[in-house]
Amino acid sequence: MILALLILIPSVAGALAWFFGRMGNRWPRWISLIAFGIDLLLVLLLWANYPGEVDFTANRAWFVEVQAPWITSLGIGFHLAIDGISLLLVMLSCFLGIMATIASWTEIQERVGLFHFNLTWTVAGIIGVFLALDLFLFYFFWELMLVPMYFLIALWGHENRTYASVKFFLFTQAGGLLMLLGILAIYFIHGSQTGTYTFDYSELLGTRMNPNTALLLMLAFLAAFLVKLPALPFHTWLPDAHTEAPTGGSVILAGLLLKTGAYGILRFAVPLFPGAALQIAPWAMVAGVVGIVYGAVLAFAQTDLKRLVAYTSVSHMGFVLLGIFAWKELALLGVIIQILCHGVGTGALFMLVGSLQERVHTRDTQRMGGLWGIAPRMGGAMLFFALASLGLPGMGNFVGEFLILFGTYSVSALLTAVAAGGLIVSTIYALWMIQRVFYGPKKEGWKISDLSLREMAAMTAMILGILWLGLYPRPFIDTARHSLDQIQNVVESMRAP
Amino acid sequence: MGQIPTEHGLILAGLLFILGLVGLLVRRNVIFMLLAVEIMLNAAGLAFVAAGARWNQPDGQVMFIFVLTMAAAEVSVGLALVLLLYQEFKTLDADAASRLRD
Amino acid sequence: MLDLLWLIPALPCAGFVVLVMVGSRLSRPIAASLGVISVGLSAAVALLVGVDFIWFWPENIYAQRLWTWIAVDRFTPAIGFSLDALSLVMILVVSVVGFLILLYSAGFMIRSEGYSRFFAYMNLFVGSMLTLVMADNLLLLYLGWEGVGLCSYLLIGFWYSDPANGRAAIKAFIVTRVGDASMAVGIFLIFVSLGTLQIQDAVQRAQITWAVGSGTAIAASALLLGGALGKSAQLPLQTWLPDAMAGPTPVSALIHAATMVTAGVYLIARTHVLFTLAPPVLTAIAVIGAITLLIAGVSALTQHDIKRVLAYSTISQVGYMFLALGVGAWSAAVFHFVTHACFKALLFLCAGVVIQGLDEEHNMFKMGGLRRLIPGTFWCFLVGAASLSALPIVTAGFYSKDLILMEAWSSQAGGGWLWLAGLAGAFLTSMYAFRMVFLTFFGEAKATFHKRADITMKIPLVILSALSIVTGLIETPRSLGNITFFSDFMESVLPELPARALNAAVEISVPLASVIGLYLAYLLFLRRRGWTERISGTPAGSLLHAYWFSGWGFDWLYDRLIVMPFVRAANWNKEDVIDLGYGAIAWVSTVSSMALALTQTGKIRWYAAAIALGALLFMGIVVLG
Repeated sequence: MILALLILIPSVAGALAWFFGRMGNRWPRWISLIAFGIDLLLVLLLWANYPGEVDFTANRAWFVEVQAPWITSLGIGFHLAIDGISLLLVMLSCFLGIMATIASWTEIQERVGLFHFNLTWTVAGIIGVFLALDLFLFYFFWELMLVPMYFLIALWGHENRTYASVKFFLFTQAGGLLMLLGILAIYFIHGSQTGTYTFDYSELLGTRMNPNTALLLMLAFLAAFLVKLPALPFHTWLPDAHTEAPTGGSVILAGLLLKTGAYGILRFAVPLFPGAALQIAPWAMVAGVVGIVYGAVLAFAQTDLKRLVAYTSVSHMGFVLLGIFAWKELALLGVIIQILCHGVGTGALFMLVGSLQERVHTRDTQRMGGLWGIAPRMGGAMLFFALASLGLPGMGNFVGEFLILFGTYSVSALLTAVAAGGLIVSTIYALWMIQRVFYGPKKEGWKISDLSLREMAAMTAMILGILWLGLYPRPFIDTARHSLDQIQNVVESMRAP
Repeated sequence: MGQIPTEHGLILAGLLFILGLVGLLVRRNVIFMLLAVEIMLNAAGLAFVAAGARWNQPDGQVMFIFVLTMAAAEVSVGLALVLLLYQEFKTLDADAASRLRD
Repeated sequence: MLDLLWLIPALPCAGFVVLVMVGSRLSRPIAASLGVISVGLSAAVALLVGVDFIWFWPENIYAQRLWTWIAVDRFTPAIGFSLDALSLVMILVVSVVGFLILLYSAGFMIRSEGYSRFFAYMNLFVGSMLTLVMADNLLLLYLGWEGVGLCSYLLIGFWYSDPANGRAAIKAFIVTRVGDASMAVGIFLIFVSLGTLQIQDAVQRAQITWAVGSGTAIAASALLLGGALGKSAQLPLQTWLPDAMAGPTPVSALIHAATMVTAGVYLIARTHVLFTLAPPVLTAIAVIGAITLLIAGVSALTQHDIKRVLAYSTISQVGYMFLALGVGAWSAAVFHFVTHACFKALLFLCAGVVIQGLDEEHNMFKMGGLRRLIPGTFWCFLVGAASLSALPIVTAGFYSKDLILMEAWSSQAGGGWLWLAGLAGAFLTSMYAFRMVFLTFFGEAKATFHKRADITMKIPLVILSALSIVTGLIETPRSLGNITFFSDFMESVLPELPARALNAAVEISVPLASVIGLYLAYLLFLRRRGWTERISGTPAGSLLHAYWFSGWGFDWLYDRLIVMPFVRAANWNKEDVIDLGYGAIAWVSTVSSMALALTQTGKIRWYAAAIALGALLFMGIVVLG
């Protein structure tokens, strides 16, 4: 029941926010803040009760599970469940929901109610994606998160918002439709083999099919996930969408939406088609490594600050792709840590860029410079997250990236070396960004205020989060570990002839 | 009573239909275009009746009555549109009303 | 006492946290005392721990584990420290020299903006450096390793409003990170191959599992060497250090001379067992060290900027340490690290007094005659320069450099050529060191002196001068007392190598080389200035001068080979070529939509005709097909 509540609370809050939006702009903000707060508390409650080790042998693989009939004639059920991985991701969703609300506090002044409706519904859809275990339900949530996100970009975005929102929608929708085809195909294949037509994940696991079909279906699933991740060469929607979205939208987009791609590969694409995954793993890892370097090089060249941060996401998600397809325990744990850190770190960078834009009304780094002298707190926070982004030890990204590389090394030393070279390029863009914005001589005589108390509070929370993940990641690792083991076991057992 | 072969009925229906189609395509006056449409409808009706007679079934005639009522409804709407068209453009030329292009 | 070990890095880090959070609201004296006292306390704890360890701890190593960082099966790096002779020496040098330099900075930086920020960064540096040398596993070592790199970056670019400083800072971080990436891969290799990250365990297992000269051993040590080369500014990654002089002078003293740049030496000494398993890599270290010490020495001889002379000198002296490591003289390398930390910090701090007093004048040719204006600083500088030049008997530098050269001669891995390179380096060293002394302090005064050092700056100078003389006495050659306190102490970590017999000519050559260098410097830069000008006036002379002045053209080469192609490629691809592909798809659909829009005429008769035609076509297909 608590799982349904997790989705229900933000969606009800969204409706309320829309309704109360006509009474004043403060109402929707507080409603969505409180809703995400309650959600976060619920997840923390779940986390506190998480046994750490779930007994998989007795088929109680899931920590909490909800199963209700929905459209029984088609074998569609309302099946939600949570394990360590989902738990961490839902926690991240609620946390970033709060952050996105805070980021939009002063930025959004028009149609505030509707904005928060869209925001909460996107997050609700994302939480649904992380919880759904029925493929039909999964697809439902997958689409649910897109539409409000589209509106967030299209209605509250910046100059070029129509282009960006349509591009975002077309890319993700095209991928999503291919996945729908894949879902239907596996539904019919499984149905014709066993006689029970069902969309249920645990039933569909282990569906036998000939390798070519499996490869095709896997690619159909991957189409959706790789576009979302985004992996090279499906990444080009991302810089546009991130750049044009309002700050809150960028936070959700970078912090959460991309993670659904990683989660999808981890939860669905590989376990459903273990053999095919093995087949394409080398290619996917190469794509990941190329993405690491390519994204970092592009980030270096950007002069639009938001675009720069957007390309860093491409680079970081390359690590995630590399780690998933290395399919080693260390690498997978690294993927989870990397996902959490990238969510927090990039979210924070977008918030900082957003507050900068609110003050100087531009994102062009060529017009900035020397801002450290007037906004040292902002500079310090930006420096911190830039350093996190380049993988400085002591911060979470380092743990994530190094675990991934440790895991990958035993699979391919060469790819690991190239990925480690990506760390050099990420140093270049991160330091160059700080140099252009905060160091150097003052330009154009900006007079801006430093971060406000509200912004500082958000930044502090995020800084502490990154440090926690960097210096004591064990609670997170222990939470994710056994769930990952289970997925790995499932895959191993099916790969064995 | 000598039977009229089905083919004859169908050929007549075809000729009527082509007549109507040509009328529709060559006339620019909306009234005449409506008339041409009526002819085509009746051609179709005739084909139904002929086919019904061929199989000794009443269905063809039922369909014809159906077509008749539909044609009546269509003409009433069409003529109302023609009146509006005339009020708007002071002409009955169908090509003048091409605003839907954009 | 030993369980206070964790306080040593924790105190400076705590100072950093406090300074970062409330530093901007503190008054300058409070901010400075926070920074100085936290490091001072750390040094005090280090001394206590050191006494306890040397006299009361029965074993060779003391380990302390604070918490397990990450725990997945065999992958269990901890936040844990280990103390042995090597790390104790490093800790003492880092914390004591760090404390002295911070004390000096309290007076030196007093008029600079961002005063508390400076102390915050310096504290973080000391904390990271201590973590680096105390770490019991490679991952924590890497944390400290990157931490000191970060502080180096932050402090080089401390005066951020000048873009040149920022560029120098970025250059330093990126170049060292090239090395770090190689080191990271080395760590992956070690973990995958040996199944542990604990340094002690890894070293022991390597001895069992890896054969001498095996590919894995060579790869692992070569990758670690890459990291050491970057951090220690050795060929071919040495280009960042001269530019790093853009930072405040105390920073150059602490980070870019005394401590951080020797991290590479520490790494190799710490994992020396791995290197002994890879003789070719060891040879490479010795050769790199020898070449580096020569080319940096020559470059130092041509610089105008007093700090750049010292920077090249640092590269050159670290080259000596690498030479020592390469021939297996581990403790000699560490010994030279100790003496070098003292005299190089001293030289930099004196240079700081000179530069600040002359209104940020770095050019030695615009100085002169300062001997009479600031006699105290002059004597300190002279002590430093003498120690750097290894003037015999009275200086610490003599004992360490002499030891290195003797080992280079006598060790199995060494040989005549390496020894000769070191000897030539000793000659160059004393020449450029006294060139500095003569140009700056002798001759006629060319500028007025504004600001004298205050008491917090003087105390460190005096203490460091004393240290630059006496630290040599912990290890002396056989012909001069044969004290072996230092190498005996290091014995438990760094084994002694079998030595060959020495002959008197070898022993006498080092002091001779440095005295000749001194005399030549005296001739060329004080007595007969005309000679120098005549030599550099010839075409070949000026060309060589320009070449050496630019640091043998490495920057030029890297700019053309790496930096510019990278920047050009990045800018060329700013709009992302891959997006063009999607742009093409969008373009095709736009164009075809426009083409189809042409058929929408708005003429109803056309539509009717099209319907009829379509129906006909369809019927035709059905009937005929």
